[in-house]
Amino acid sequence: MAENTNIHENYKRKKNKEEMKQQVITFALMIVFTLIAFGMVKADLSKLFVIPILLVLAAVQVGFQLYYFMHMSHKGHEMPALMIYAGAFVAFMTVLTLSVLIWW
Amino acid sequence: MSTAVAQKKGFGAFIWDYLTTVDHKKIAHLYLVAGGLFFLVGGLEALMIRIQLIKPDNDFVSAGFYNELLTMHGTTMIFLAAMPLIFAILNAVVPLQIGARDVAFPFLNSLGFWLFLFGGLILNCGWFLGGAPDAGWTAYAPLSAVSPGHGVDFYVLGLQISGAGTLIGGINFLVTIINMRAPGMTYMRMPLFTWTALVTSTLILFAFPALTVGLFLLMFDRLFGAGFFNASMGGNSVIWEHLFWIFGHPEVYILILPAFGVFSDVLSTFSKKRLFGYTAMVFATTLIGFLGFMVWAHHMFATGLGPAANSIFAIATMAIAVPTGIKIFNWLFTLWGGTITINSAMLWALGFIPSFTIGGTTGVMLAAAAADYQYHDTYFVVAHFHYVIVGGVVFGLFAAMHYWWPKMFGKILNETLGQITFWTFFAGFHLTFFIQHFLGLMGMPRRYWTFLPGQHLDTGNLVSSIGAFFMAFGAIVFVINVIYTSVKAPKVSGDPWDGRTLEWSIPSPPPHYNFKQTPLVRGLDPLWIEKMEGRKGITPAEPLDDIHMPNPSILPFIMSLGLFIAGFGFIYQVDNLSYLWLVILGMGITLGCMLTRSVKDDLGHHIHKEDLEEEGAEQ
Repeated sequence: MAENTNIHENYKRKKNKEEMKQQVITFALMIVFTLIAFGMVKADLSKLFVIPILLVLAAVQVGFQLYYFMHMSHKGHEMPALMIYAGAFVAFMTVLTLSVLIWW
Repeated sequence: MSTAVAQKKGFGAFIWDYLTTVDHKKIAHLYLVAGGLFFLVGGLEALMIRIQLIKPDNDFVSAGFYNELLTMHGTTMIFLAAMPLIFAILNAVVPLQIGARDVAFPFLNSLGFWLFLFGGLILNCGWFLGGAPDAGWTAYAPLSAVSPGHGVDFYVLGLQISGAGTLIGGINFLVTIINMRAPGMTYMRMPLFTWTALVTSTLILFAFPALTVGLFLLMFDRLFGAGFFNASMGGNSVIWEHLFWIFGHPEVYILILPAFGVFSDVLSTFSKKRLFGYTAMVFATTLIGFLGFMVWAHHMFATGLGPAANSIFAIATMAIAVPTGIKIFNWLFTLWGGTITINSAMLWALGFIPSFTIGGTTGVMLAAAAADYQYHDTYFVVAHFHYVIVGGVVFGLFAAMHYWWPKMFGKILNETLGQITFWTFFAGFHLTFFIQHFLGLMGMPRRYWTFLPGQHLDTGNLVSSIGAFFMAFGAIVFVINVIYTSVKAPKVSGDPWDGRTLEWSIPSPPPHYNFKQTPLVRGLDPLWIEKMEGRKGITPAEPLDDIHMPNPSILPFIMSLGLFIAGFGFIYQVDNLSYLWLVILGMGITLGCMLTRSVKDDLGHHIHKEDLEEEGAEQ
């Protein structure tokens, strides 16, 4: 019994350590992304080039935030994930319809 | 804590109890009373509309007042009658059906109600303060942006405040259903009413923000000189139509889905059969919820969106007939071979099937974009949406009230009076609206305050007006029924209908902690399973223990009152800037309450095991 708890404790500790490592890496990446974003705007590159990359960087940062800092990858977060994706999908479809189909 | 104790309290204590309650069952009573009153007000407005149209060239009301009547009839019925009555049923039933002791956020539940009520009051204050809203319930810009007087301001602020309440309520039920189901109640074991409540709450969460944004834009246009909908300032009035219908179409599914859930539960209970095609029903419910977001532009076919947009939205709209058809057939198959009991609740459910199907058929007709240019803004549209909203939502609410009245109040509504209500209302409903299809096809436009003689519209309008009086009679008999039942009817047991779902496993009305022990759910229709295996009640999932309950609080009431005051400040600061003090005062009250709520710990109270055991001995 005691050994079992021990194994469990060890596992938990290891997992926490791993998570911490991932969080530090993501945090560093997010800083790098932000620097790249500001750098690109500062460097006066073509708008056509900068805007899509800014959007991609932003999307990746949101993903980092949700999955690494808000633990959406953990168990028990299926419903919030479903809601977020459903909401994003509905918003995306609405904007898409308005911009390509309806606005003239 | 039993009801006997509650009845001994004085009148002041009784009022205080309801002002501060966070109990979902009492909040259901509040929603029921407030929604019921607004339903009567909206009905009165409908009657005045029909009296005005009883004969050609009538001058019962003036043209301006007619605009106010038709605007307030629509707005009141949708936002202040149908929505709160649905929340009444949701509050009364959903926590019981999933085996929970309360909703996830009892404080927010109470806040949602008071916001709705004060919003509704602002909306109706227009009657006494120089004119009610008069730009139609859809408040299309630019008319709504330039309509003189404060009428539309009451619409904007009233709906903004009550909309916040609805959004809060929706989030609350979403979290409740996801997180607070009893052990063993998987998603696919939830009663269909709970399923529809879940999908409806999701729709509220996604749809209401669009209305909030639209109302904010309109508020800035009207009160602060912005020009979002003003073409001469670079704005675009079609934006309002889009925002309104991106909210507005899901809104009609928000209303109808819980009604579908009610019929599913009523039909299966009174057919003594498991709901036919439960999985398909769940699938159809979510599909309707999903498709509901992809069809808003079918309200705008005549706006000039172009053939591509019109075709896509026409097809998407017709697609909704498929899941709805699945539901209709499943209800019919539920009846098939069942041991059917016909009572008032069942009559409403049976009356609903053909009525709603007619509404659905005209819906598909309207979805054909090319034909819609003919139907647009005629009485055909009026007939269509009354067939789905009255034939669907109102019938559903009546069925729900007859079905769950014993659970809410411990007494069965009088059967004779119930049947009188059904038959007069049902006949009156078809009399009023069926003929309107033809009036519309003959070219009678909606929202006009009068029509000319000699255009073959006289008889149709007379018939329609007579039908309206039948409906009014039915509604009055229902009110009499409620009073008669509360005075005369005997108390009934917890399970008067030989029910199938969890709410029937506890006493009527339920004790304020609902379930003494959290129930263990072993399948769909959990109570029926236990009955079939010869047990008397549900197997508990836990030993008897202390129950943690939330404390009552007056803060939601004061918070909403603050917004009510601030609302008037916002409306009247246009005339005189000193009214900004009302804004500051009102927002101060609301924010002060929020601060109080944030810094003051309120951990609730416990009902002790010993007290529960004592109560058990009494029963």
